[in-house]
Amino acid sequence: MDFAFQAEGLVKRFGKKTALSGLDLAATAGTVLGVLGPNGAGKTTAIRILATLMRPDEGRAVVGGFDVVTHPSRVRRLIGLTGQYATVDEELTAFENLVMVGQLLDMRKAEAGSRADELLRQFDLQEAGKQRASVLSGGMRRRLDLAVSLVGRPQIVFLDEPTTGLDPGRREDLWRLVRTMTAEGVTVLLTTQYLEEADALADHICVIDEGRAIADGTPADLKQIVGGQAIVVRPVDPQQTDVAVDVLEQVAGRRAEPVDRGVVTVPVDDDRVLPEVIQRLAAADIRLAEFSLRLPSLDEAFFALTGRSKEARR
Amino acid sequence: MTTTAETSRSRPLGLVRHSAVLAKRSLVKTKRSPGYLINGVMTPVIFLVLFLYLFGGAVSGSTDSYLQYLFPGILVMTTSLSGMLATGLNLNIDVKKGIFDRFRSLPIDRAAPLLGSVAADVVRYVVAVVILFGIGYALGFRVQSDPLSTLAAVMLAVVFGFCLSWVTVFLGVLVRDEGAVLAFSFVAFLPLVLGTSLSAPVDTLPGWLRAWANVNPVTHAMDACRALLNGGAVGDTVTQTLIWSAVLLVIFCPLAVLAYQRRE
Ligand SMILES: Nc1ncnc2c1ncn2[C@@H]1O[C@H](COP(=O)(O)OP(=O)(O)OP(=O)(O)O)[C@@H](O)[C@H]1O
Ligand SMILES: [Mg+2]
Repeated sequence: MDFAFQAEGLVKRFGKKTALSGLDLAATAGTVLGVLGPNGAGKTTAIRILATLMRPDEGRAVVGGFDVVTHPSRVRRLIGLTGQYATVDEELTAFENLVMVGQLLDMRKAEAGSRADELLRQFDLQEAGKQRASVLSGGMRRRLDLAVSLVGRPQIVFLDEPTTGLDPGRREDLWRLVRTMTAEGVTVLLTTQYLEEADALADHICVIDEGRAIADGTPADLKQIVGGQAIVVRPVDPQQTDVAVDVLEQVAGRRAEPVDRGVVTVPVDDDRVLPEVIQRLAAADIRLAEFSLRLPSLDEAFFALTGRSKEARR
Repeated sequence: MTTTAETSRSRPLGLVRHSAVLAKRSLVKTKRSPGYLINGVMTPVIFLVLFLYLFGGAVSGSTDSYLQYLFPGILVMTTSLSGMLATGLNLNIDVKKGIFDRFRSLPIDRAAPLLGSVAADVVRYVVAVVILFGIGYALGFRVQSDPLSTLAAVMLAVVFGFCLSWVTVFLGVLVRDEGAVLAFSFVAFLPLVLGTSLSAPVDTLPGWLRAWANVNPVTHAMDACRALLNGGAVGDTVTQTLIWSAVLLVIFCPLAVLAYQRRE
């Protein structure tokens, strides 16, 4: 298969701390790879290695056909990087930031200027164009950062938690943008802490924890494992939480997890079990303060994948 | 889709162009917040005024003749001080603010951000020196030699400051904490700039200080500028300054670039 990028057995240590312990990642051209993992899983470290900002201690990574260690400058011509934290010059205006990067990418000044205007329009930042980046709101700066990483129309784009700090509307805009890019043949690696986001965008999802992949597959594959949706139940009487856990486990055939303040969740394949759950809860005489169906959270996915709860992981 | 890879290969002199773009960025920033530039001029001016009225009478008999002695040293202090502060600190801040990552993910030579910043420094030195000459003239300093020697003095001070700045560039890239860079600059400032012929001729200094001042390259630069501006005998001071400048550059420029490349 023709991979846009491929990493094998990446290991990265910081002193005693092992950030990556043999991570494999790959994406075929024109697809979105979603890398899902909790804080400290190694997402940023993996992206930094692929984007040539760091060298792996072991393993190797090839991006666009070039090895990141031996041919970093060839790799840099192909990629766009939006790091987890903004990388714009705060004392320059949004427009100046974009033009500067355009010129560093060997565009002529006029070309860089028109590309900057185009991106400001695309990211709805026209007003910000003349303002210094330091006065922009967090979400605007985030969008500017994204725009900056797309100046050179890269073929491979690395986005490290790109929707963190964006309001729901902007998040949808970003999702749309990612889909447009992939339709044009761009390959995207996107890290996120939200299963929902990976589900909405990714062709392939890799769940990582403590520096290694713990699950890997299409969103559909993953749902098979973690359950496509989750039922959330909160009994009026917190004393009844344990009974609710029993009922949910019996119906769903999976382990239910009591989360905070008497809320119980259990992953389910689909909504067909709902009537039975309601019936059984009623039979057990459990009055409900909250009852809903939603996509599982990352924590629940982890629980299903590793059998360890958030607390146990710490 | 247009690919930047093609356009870039067709445009030569990448390092020079990229450094120029980054130098411009640095100057735009100085224009918007000129604090460091003003600081870089005001500190020497304060020393100038202080020394002039404190020691003028004692050292030279009159403040006027002391000003003629003092000013060339202050000129070197200005470029040395700017060199010690500006780039090292700016780069350190860049690394911390994350824009360093942006530069490193772009297909530009890794030396470009360093060269751009240092090139902008040269422009800043010239601005600082022009302001300094203005203040010097207002206080009564007069060049005793010809315009060509004056130009040579200014260029020598700028070249020396430029070469010296690579020491703090190296440090700015190596050290994580901007406070540490600042602290180093101030600690180094005292012996390096004050332990010289700045305020009085070297042979009037106490023995231990004289020994240090005699080997201190800043002394040579100050002596050279003094001779060039006041029309005295230049001797080997210019050569000494240039040799020292070259040595600093040859050691610390590669070290700085290497450290910059190594940082993750
Ligand atoms: N420069 C560094 N020095 C020391 N430790 C580091 C460094 N960078 C990362 N680590 C450690 O490596 C591990 C993985 O970090 P990484 O930033 O890759 O996680 P992440 O998945 O991006 O987390 P988050 O969701 O919080 O962004 C963490 O334990 C972190 O503390
Ligand atoms: Mg991260």
